[in-house]
Amino acid sequence: MPTSIAPSGADGATPSAHSAEDPRAGSVDPAAGAAVRVRGLVKRYDGRDVVAGLDLVADAGAVTAVLGPNGAGKTTTVECCEGLRSPDGGTVRVLGLDPVADARALRPRVGVMLQDGGLPTGARAGEVLRHVASMYAAPRDLGELGERLGLGSFARTTVRRLSGGQRQRLSLAAAVVGRPEVVFLDEPSAGMDPQSRHAVWDLVRELRDEGTAVVLTTHLMDEAEDLADRVHVVDHGRLIASGSVPELLSPDAQDDRTLRFDAAAGLDPAAVAAALDAAGEGPWVVTEPQPGSYVVAGPAGPRTLAVLTAWLADHDVLASRLTVGRRTLEDVFLDLTGRHLR
Amino acid sequence: MTTTTPHPTSGTSRPGAAAPAWRRVLSQTGFETRAVLRNGEQLLVTIVLPVMVLLGLTRTSVVEIDTGGLDRIDFVTPGVLALACVSTAFTSQAIATAFDRRNGVLRLLATTPLGRGGLLAGKLLGVLAVEVVQVVVIGAVALALGWHPAAGGILAAVGVGLLGTACFTALALLLAGTLRAEGVLALANLVLVLLVVGGGLLVPPAQLPGPLEQLATFLPSGALGEAMRGALLGTGVPTLALVVLAAWTALLGWAAARFFRWQ
Repeated sequence: MPTSIAPSGADGATPSAHSAEDPRAGSVDPAAGAAVRVRGLVKRYDGRDVVAGLDLVADAGAVTAVLGPNGAGKTTTVECCEGLRSPDGGTVRVLGLDPVADARALRPRVGVMLQDGGLPTGARAGEVLRHVASMYAAPRDLGELGERLGLGSFARTTVRRLSGGQRQRLSLAAAVVGRPEVVFLDEPSAGMDPQSRHAVWDLVRELRDEGTAVVLTTHLMDEAEDLADRVHVVDHGRLIASGSVPELLSPDAQDDRTLRFDAAAGLDPAAVAAALDAAGEGPWVVTEPQPGSYVVAGPAGPRTLAVLTAWLADHDVLASRLTVGRRTLEDVFLDLTGRHLR
Repeated sequence: MTTTTPHPTSGTSRPGAAAPAWRRVLSQTGFETRAVLRNGEQLLVTIVLPVMVLLGLTRTSVVEIDTGGLDRIDFVTPGVLALACVSTAFTSQAIATAFDRRNGVLRLLATTPLGRGGLLAGKLLGVLAVEVVQVVVIGAVALALGWHPAAGGILAAVGVGLLGTACFTALALLLAGTLRAEGVLALANLVLVLLVVGGGLLVPPAQLPGPLEQLATFLPSGALGEAMRGALLGTGVPTLALVVLAAWTALLGWAAARFFRWQ
């Protein structure tokens, strides 16, 4: 199996996010008290490593986002944490317990929202939620939960007839109705309208404030950026970056002085650097980590922009995007995982 | 003060605690039973079909059956009850479980305190609950048509029904847990029709033509039909039928446990 999983742009010129740190490093294990702790997880389907030595930590009272492109291994990882799949290698601990061997003890303490829903299609929405609630000794107040997520308008509708967003909200309600200590949400806001998404995000924040460990998978940048206390970027079944959103966005102070622009592919980075060097203090490093996407690193100041756009004008190049300083999570994500479609 | 006092909310109502096992299983039983009784197609297969077969075989002479001098209603009703058992334990359960499996319902419920064991228990009890409804409806129609079951054989019939339920639920789970939902839908209905026509459920194996007689004798359907007739006609449950049914139950139960895939 090829091991070319190094993030593109890891050539030193592009500031890359903190690489995955070995949680065992140091004399005290910082993950010892974590609600979820995954080490070296391996899961194979048909001889192919879908998860290839993944590490992941999630704390109580925090939202942890597992961010990655489709097929990165997010769902498989979460399913190993939920006890739905047995790992082929590595260890998974949820609340200090093994999700497969200690399933009986964990089930009341862990809430799960599956990506494919898993709701019985023939029953009414309200009935499904009551049914799941009946599995717990002290479930949440159904009226209040229903109001929070706007379930009342379709409580008497059969699940088969619900819209995608309504199903997602019902699935979320079912995941949290038992007052779990750990909640796994697999793509919680897929198919939701903006109002539903914000209702879901509010509930997720509230769960965190109550001390719940929330683990959610997503490929939505704004979801991870707005919600997550810690982001694990996953690709090809491995953790490729990890940290808080600010940590991921600004791995070093230098990043605040970075220009990024998108334009036609194949411009000469050295020529751009030379033009900037000629206009003022350098040195400048210009790279094209992805075709058509340029990173200009150096002592950026007000005049830098003028010089850069003048150079582009001289070469009859229109920049479709130009940003200064702070990267978005999407920039980081695309730098790490590449821009090719999959 | 370092005295440890119990947390005020500890005890049975502690957050993150499961409901008692009996309540979880009972809740699942009710959920499964309502799902069948609310679904038009399921009702058709489990209630309407057996009643129509009962009426068709007793009020018309479309199908020739040698009742051996017995009243037609007395001879036919045990077979219809056996058919009802197969329609619920096998056809209805196979289809419901196959679609629940495809839709991820089995996976989701397995992550709740119900677990896989509770889910199976709830399904089995749900089948029995639907069968109670079937026995009440079919029994009432049959009694109205003049059925006189052998009172001494009713307990034996209940035992035979439980064994048949175990056997055909195992077959249902074997199919539902290994094949695609659409395939199960087609197969479960087809198998029911075949068992009704030539499987010895309604017509005793001995009255079936050619090699079907030998085949049906050793099918779980033939064994269930013969055992039910033996119990309710008062002629005694044939040992061979019991042995055949028990052997199939063991085999299918093992196969279902071995090959069932939750996803």
